[in-house]
Amino acid sequence: MKKILYTLLFLLPFNVLASSGVKLDSADIDLTDTMAMERGAKYYVTYCLGCHSAKHIRYKRIAIDLKLDETEVLKVVAPFGAGIYDQMHSAMNAHDAEKWFGTTPPDLSLIARSRGADWLYTYLRSFYAEPGKAPLGVNNVVFPDVGMPNVFWQLQGTQSAITQKIDGHDVITGLKLEQPGQMTPKEFDKMVNDLVNFLVYVGEPVQLERQQMGKYVLFFILMFIALAYLLKKEYWKDVH
Amino acid sequence: MKRKMNQCSEWLLERFPLSDLWNEHMAHYYAPKNFNIWYFFGSLALLVLVNQFITGILLTMNYKPDAKLAFDSVEYIMRDVNWGWLVRYMHSTGASAFFIVVYLHMFRGLIYGSFKQPRELIWIFGMLIFVCLMAEAFMGYLLPWGQMSYWGAQVIISLFSAIPVIGDELSLWVRGDYVVSDATLNRFFAFHVIAVPLVLLILVFLHIVALHEVGSNNPDGVEIKLSKDPWGHPVDGIPFHPYYTVKDIVGVGVFMFFFATVIFYMPELGGYFLEHANFIPADPLKTPEHIAPVWYFTPFYAILRAVPDKFAGVIAMGGAIVVLFMLPWLDRSPVKSIRYRGGIFKKAVALFVVAFIGLGYLGTQPATPGATTVARVLTAVYFGFFLLMPLYTRWEKTKPVPNRLTDQPSLEDRIPALLALVDEVVEVQQVPDNIGGTIAKKRPNWSGISAVLIRFAKNLKKSLD
Repeated sequence: MKKILYTLLFLLPFNVLASSGVKLDSADIDLTDTMAMERGAKYYVTYCLGCHSAKHIRYKRIAIDLKLDETEVLKVVAPFGAGIYDQMHSAMNAHDAEKWFGTTPPDLSLIARSRGADWLYTYLRSFYAEPGKAPLGVNNVVFPDVGMPNVFWQLQGTQSAITQKIDGHDVITGLKLEQPGQMTPKEFDKMVNDLVNFLVYVGEPVQLERQQMGKYVLFFILMFIALAYLLKKEYWKDVH
Repeated sequence: MKRKMNQCSEWLLERFPLSDLWNEHMAHYYAPKNFNIWYFFGSLALLVLVNQFITGILLTMNYKPDAKLAFDSVEYIMRDVNWGWLVRYMHSTGASAFFIVVYLHMFRGLIYGSFKQPRELIWIFGMLIFVCLMAEAFMGYLLPWGQMSYWGAQVIISLFSAIPVIGDELSLWVRGDYVVSDATLNRFFAFHVIAVPLVLLILVFLHIVALHEVGSNNPDGVEIKLSKDPWGHPVDGIPFHPYYTVKDIVGVGVFMFFFATVIFYMPELGGYFLEHANFIPADPLKTPEHIAPVWYFTPFYAILRAVPDKFAGVIAMGGAIVVLFMLPWLDRSPVKSIRYRGGIFKKAVALFVVAFIGLGYLGTQPATPGATTVARVLTAVYFGFFLLMPLYTRWEKTKPVPNRLTDQPSLEDRIPALLALVDEVVEVQQVPDNIGGTIAKKRPNWSGISAVLIRFAKNLKKSLD
């Protein structure tokens, strides 16, 4: 629980919140839940890696941190042909990406650190259909005029925006599920949460270890302070 | 074996004044015995300097000063280099910690008059250290090559172009290109890892030599050299070693506790120590919506933005630092320590603190019309504090300064009073529990709290007179 609090604490994206003004749903991040992160890794490879690399993480590191067998990682998580020391590279090359999407899809190794877990969790669930208007037929509440299609449309179904006139502007007040997908909204939220959990892990693979190490370091320093204080007292007793 | 050792040390001492140096600066350097908590920050600044040197050298071993490789090499350090993450966080947290301890160290000098005659030169050296530190931090921040690194540098270097006539040429010369680029990164790297640290080291040396020449000031602002014992030692002085070495070690421990808490639990400190946008690689084509410098520059950045004209803003920002250099000559009070100054100076210092922290906060926020108005008022307070100082320090009535150091309760002596305070604000109630006994339940005691607050306000008012 404390870990989650800490994680949320320093992932809170102040500037993002300030700029878009959309209220974000909070993701439930638990870096001790290796099962959830393993599911997240599989989702990442299935739905994201086609376009977005995560080049700062190696499959070997995933195997160690998620307590998985190396062969298992290669079989279940990594795409076909990847080696255990490989970084998570995307199969799409930059030139094609530029041609197809007008821009290279960003590497997502650090997306959880720049955007924050809540932003990702909300963003991935906030696509809505806007036929004819947006180039890809979809738009996003937290990322207006987004350049990415909704890769989860089969799972999530199609959403539409509920708008209201406020001060003469159409403001989106909520999203409505028009056509159900293969997953129920609850299942879908859990899936996105797993994916975000994995991305938070990828953002800084050492963070769990660092927090676990912290308490020993602090305990040692407290002992050091106690000894140093006693030493100081001993020396200073003749200073008046 | 022992004889061999003695021979060795004799051989050395005949050729190098090691024991003289040790005695002059440590064992026989007499420091006032009444240093309080404010006096920890000098030695802590030295500790952080050493931390930055060691971690910095280790980072250089894996960092690549190349616009194509820099960002990835930092992530390589964070992930693939053994303990690289720890070294990097120690360095990034150390940068912020440096400014925290240095700002507190400077504030100490301000309230106890440590900049006043005969210590003007120590203050000047200290200010030069501060300017070097700002240059060091600014150039170091470009190295991770994130969006904020890039655009922060872009904004600050473009300030040079506000200078009439030579401005554009000058900023081009600083960058080495028309925009911040690989050339800029390379030269900033050179400055950050060798040129500025070298100057910094020399200045720290001069700062300490100058200090040891005149001796340390103290919270009473009394010169301890004026009352000496028959052996020529100051009566109110104690040898720096061992007394202040053992005391400073306690300070080091407490500092390390906070330092480690940040490193292990909140290395980004909510975006203040490591900005979120800096986890996106530098992109010369994508300007971030909101470019904010790291927190330690924000007071000066807020002053820059508060002035409507760009060039005048640059002048104001530079002036905010230049005016600090002039402090020893702006202050006309015959008294050093705030303890014996009049009420006007105390209120002025309080206003100055509000202005500095207020400007620091506003510098992190986007500039709205309301915020800009507040920033202008606070800028006026900031400059007013210094520029009106010759007047108000001369007019105000000071209190008589004692000849010897006074006895003040130390932090340890205050512990019983603090415990009594806790008793006063907490009410213990005996509540029956469900097995027939009673349990003590703690509640806030509102009348106690209001009494404490009223007493606190009265004391505060009295202390400002």
